[in-house]
Amino acid sequence: MRVGTAKQSYAADEGLFKTDTQKVWFGLLLAALVLFPLNGSSYWMFLAVLVMINVISTTGLNILTGYTGQVSLGHAAFMAVGAYTVAFFDGRFGTPVLLNLVLAGAVAAGIGYLVGLPSLRIKGLYLAIATLAAAVILGFIFLNWTPVTGGLRGLNVPTATIAGIELATPDRLYWLVMPITVVMVLAAKNLFRTRVGRAFIAIRDRDISAEIIGISLFKYKLMSFAISSFYAGVAGGLWAYLFRVVTPESFPALASIFFLAAVIVGGAGTIVGGIFGAVFMTLIPEFLKLSATALVPWFPDASIYLAPVRNIIFGLLIIGFLIFEPMGLAEMWRRTRRYFALWPFRT
Amino acid sequence: MAVEFIDIVETSLAGIGTGSLMALTGVAFVIIYKATKVINLAIGEMLMIGAFVFYGFSAGLALPIWASVPLTLVVAALIGGLIERTMIRPLLKDNPVSVFMVTIGLTSVLIGVVELVWSAEPRRLPEFLPSQPVLLGDAFIPSKTAYSFVIAAAAMAVLITVFAFWRGGIALRATATDRAAASSVGIDVPGVFSFSWMLAAVVAALAGILVGSVGGISSAMGLFGLSVFVVVIVGGLDSILGALIAGLFIGWLEAMVGRFMGGEFKLLATFTILLVVLVVRPYGLFGTHEIERL
Amino acid sequence: MSPSDSAAPVRPPAARLDVENLSLQFGGVKALDGIDLHVEPGSITALIGPNGAGKTSAFNAISGFYRPKTGTVKLDGVDITQVPARDRAKLGLARTFQNIALFRGMTVLDNIKLGRHAHLTSGVFGAFLYWGRTRREEMELRAEIERDVIDFLELDHIRNVPVAILPYGLQKKVELARALAMRPRILMLDEPVAGMNREETEDMARAILDVRDEWGVTVLLVEHDMGMVMDISDHVCVLNFGRRIAAGSPTEVRNDPDVIKAYLGGSGDPRKAALDGAAMGEVA
Ligand SMILES: Nc1ncnc2c1ncn2[C@@H]1O[C@H](COP(=O)(O)OP(=O)(O)OP(=O)(O)O)[C@@H](O)[C@H]1O
Ligand SMILES: [Mg+2]
Repeated sequence: MRVGTAKQSYAADEGLFKTDTQKVWFGLLLAALVLFPLNGSSYWMFLAVLVMINVISTTGLNILTGYTGQVSLGHAAFMAVGAYTVAFFDGRFGTPVLLNLVLAGAVAAGIGYLVGLPSLRIKGLYLAIATLAAAVILGFIFLNWTPVTGGLRGLNVPTATIAGIELATPDRLYWLVMPITVVMVLAAKNLFRTRVGRAFIAIRDRDISAEIIGISLFKYKLMSFAISSFYAGVAGGLWAYLFRVVTPESFPALASIFFLAAVIVGGAGTIVGGIFGAVFMTLIPEFLKLSATALVPWFPDASIYLAPVRNIIFGLLIIGFLIFEPMGLAEMWRRTRRYFALWPFRT
Repeated sequence: MAVEFIDIVETSLAGIGTGSLMALTGVAFVIIYKATKVINLAIGEMLMIGAFVFYGFSAGLALPIWASVPLTLVVAALIGGLIERTMIRPLLKDNPVSVFMVTIGLTSVLIGVVELVWSAEPRRLPEFLPSQPVLLGDAFIPSKTAYSFVIAAAAMAVLITVFAFWRGGIALRATATDRAAASSVGIDVPGVFSFSWMLAAVVAALAGILVGSVGGISSAMGLFGLSVFVVVIVGGLDSILGALIAGLFIGWLEAMVGRFMGGEFKLLATFTILLVVLVVRPYGLFGTHEIERL
Repeated sequence: MSPSDSAAPVRPPAARLDVENLSLQFGGVKALDGIDLHVEPGSITALIGPNGAGKTSAFNAISGFYRPKTGTVKLDGVDITQVPARDRAKLGLARTFQNIALFRGMTVLDNIKLGRHAHLTSGVFGAFLYWGRTRREEMELRAEIERDVIDFLELDHIRNVPVAILPYGLQKKVELARALAMRPRILMLDEPVAGMNREETEDMARAILDVRDEWGVTVLLVEHDMGMVMDISDHVCVLNFGRRIAAGSPTEVRNDPDVIKAYLGGSGDPRKAALDGAAMGEVA
């Protein structure tokens, strides 16, 4: 925040972007997103699509965990619900892509609502354990409800087709995923400019005051669960169109930890934090892969250490950020900006 | 389809055998929770690392059992102390959610370490329990299940006696009741915290050796912790007695469901029980009510 | 930066509060033992008493956190004893807490906005779009809060500061601001000036008087600072060990022998304290 920004009116102060600098930055980001495909590498396009899918999902978890303070250990299971929904409807009925994605979100939201129901009775970490139970039960359903989920072998997903154009490659899928990501992130940002978002934060800061000002804890916790699962469902649906196959192995329990890590590392309770976290956490394994390839001349079997090293790094990032920078990368970014904003006159 | 009575008896006995290991691991969880109020999601992975350390000593270095077991427990204690000192203590004053998430991160680290050192391949521990099967009346119990039950029961008996009579056990219970009061009467509260994590790691490692000798070890064996989690919720997070009873019950239930409905229904059954208990009686069968506010 | 339009604050009519035969028990402790309390509309009524007398317990029972063992709470003659705490906000019951209960992770402005939560209507879909009715509602909310609350309590300079980093006195004021944003008809303040210095106390006392005069709100307050209580209240009610031992005008209460005895047995003489203008009892 710059010192002494003169505000024209409250409307400006209540705006999505509070200063002109922020608007410029957002414009640049949009331009970069539009121009990004010019790099022409299908590897980078694949990665970009994956990053954006993870941004959507992380934003969803951030709404629930970062803003509402409810830890979910089953976020990946809701993504799986979205992925199966898309695979089922597109594969079985050939319904339109956008409809499938909305259905993916809606089915996941419905199940998220159910999972939130125990919050009428239980609080805090007990609720986290209920989400773990829900994830286990969902995993059971994926594996055993063969007529719908294809059982162990899972489902193949048709190519996403919009207006006759087949989005068969990441290059093309990009133009579906990117706008959806932008819209969903902005929607989440909007949410926290209103009474609904404020109620979520009030529940997180968990004071008797939430009750005294007339917030129904139950209603808003359920709402947060549903919204968070909606985001996960849409992300899972897009994931299905990217990978074209969904199996019970697609979203293992460790994937839920991945998203928790993204929220924590990025910065719980800020939208930009969710983006940072998702980008960072998605790129780490890729970076590791590149390093392993580079090391092959010296360590021929470097690649077999990839998965374990990734797990260790994910875990250490969660622990390290919680201990040393609980506000995450978003806070580091804020500090850096402030440093440079005052740069020649720093104190 | 007629179910034979002897089949039920044998399945039940085997289930109670597994249940005793769940109970033992559950006790490790409760020790940590009682002293530090930390919900340790990594208890299954602490069990796993214990089993692998034992594998390292007994198979890797080919040490005899009588040396491997104590060495494993010592290493486990060191690991437990290290975890407490570096990851848990810096956050104990923060909210419980942060510490809980640290234990989630710990899960990932421990799995990674095991896979890095020993790879993700499942392995078998060297045979060290007597192998002639045990007959109880007409019922036939696999020897490893029977002996691990006996060892687990003996370990728990020792633990309970120690807690009841030994000074350190009393200090731990005092800290559990009221940290400020405990420290004002001269109890070294941080010491108790470290001690509780070390002790829990030792207990978990012992359970890991037993679980591993029955069913083999792998980097996925931390999943055992999921059932243990259900055990401590059902029993009550801060109740050793609860962990014992719920452990035996959940072990029995999983065995029965696995035998008569199919292995894939095991976790479904336990987690359905978990959801029911959470909703009906969130503080568990024997837990203290106040912890509901957590 | 004040807005161009300067309409008067919305003034819901002041409420009348009647508490009858209220009892509350914690295990063996009788926190409240059949107390009566009548608060006239538009008055400033003080509830005083030594530490542990049951003042906060009375507040908690009135605002619905504790279910009383016996007794009724009536707002404008309507029995609200069974209404859950969160629904009392809409009825115009607003309060602050003895140990500040703000949303620590949020800014001053957002804390105050939350006060109006129960009066707003926009739902989740409007929130995502931030368009149409939702947008209008949020804009009106902001303008109203700026005009009626932030300007009024002079919080302009800290509106975008996270409450967690504010000094204690300001946090108390933000809590008052949040309560005002609830458009209260009766405002309950639990030790609004505890821990404040002379200047801050006078500032707060003036704010309370202004709230009553300009907003026409009924005020019920708990306070240990006798100087302030005697200065601003119209009516004083004294509790001791969960019982009401006196009620009346400040002068009557000050000279009541039971009150003097209760306080002498406690930590001081109310007359002396009032004369010195010093805070009495614990300041915590
Ligand atoms: N939640 C509770 N559980 C048990 N006892 C309580 C509880 N709240 C209050 N009490 C007891 O009820 C009595 C009245 O307490 P209360 O907080 O209402 O006093 P008070 O008049 O507000 O005192 P103070 O001036 O110190 O704020 C005290 O004996 C207190 O210990
Ligand atoms: Mg009080």
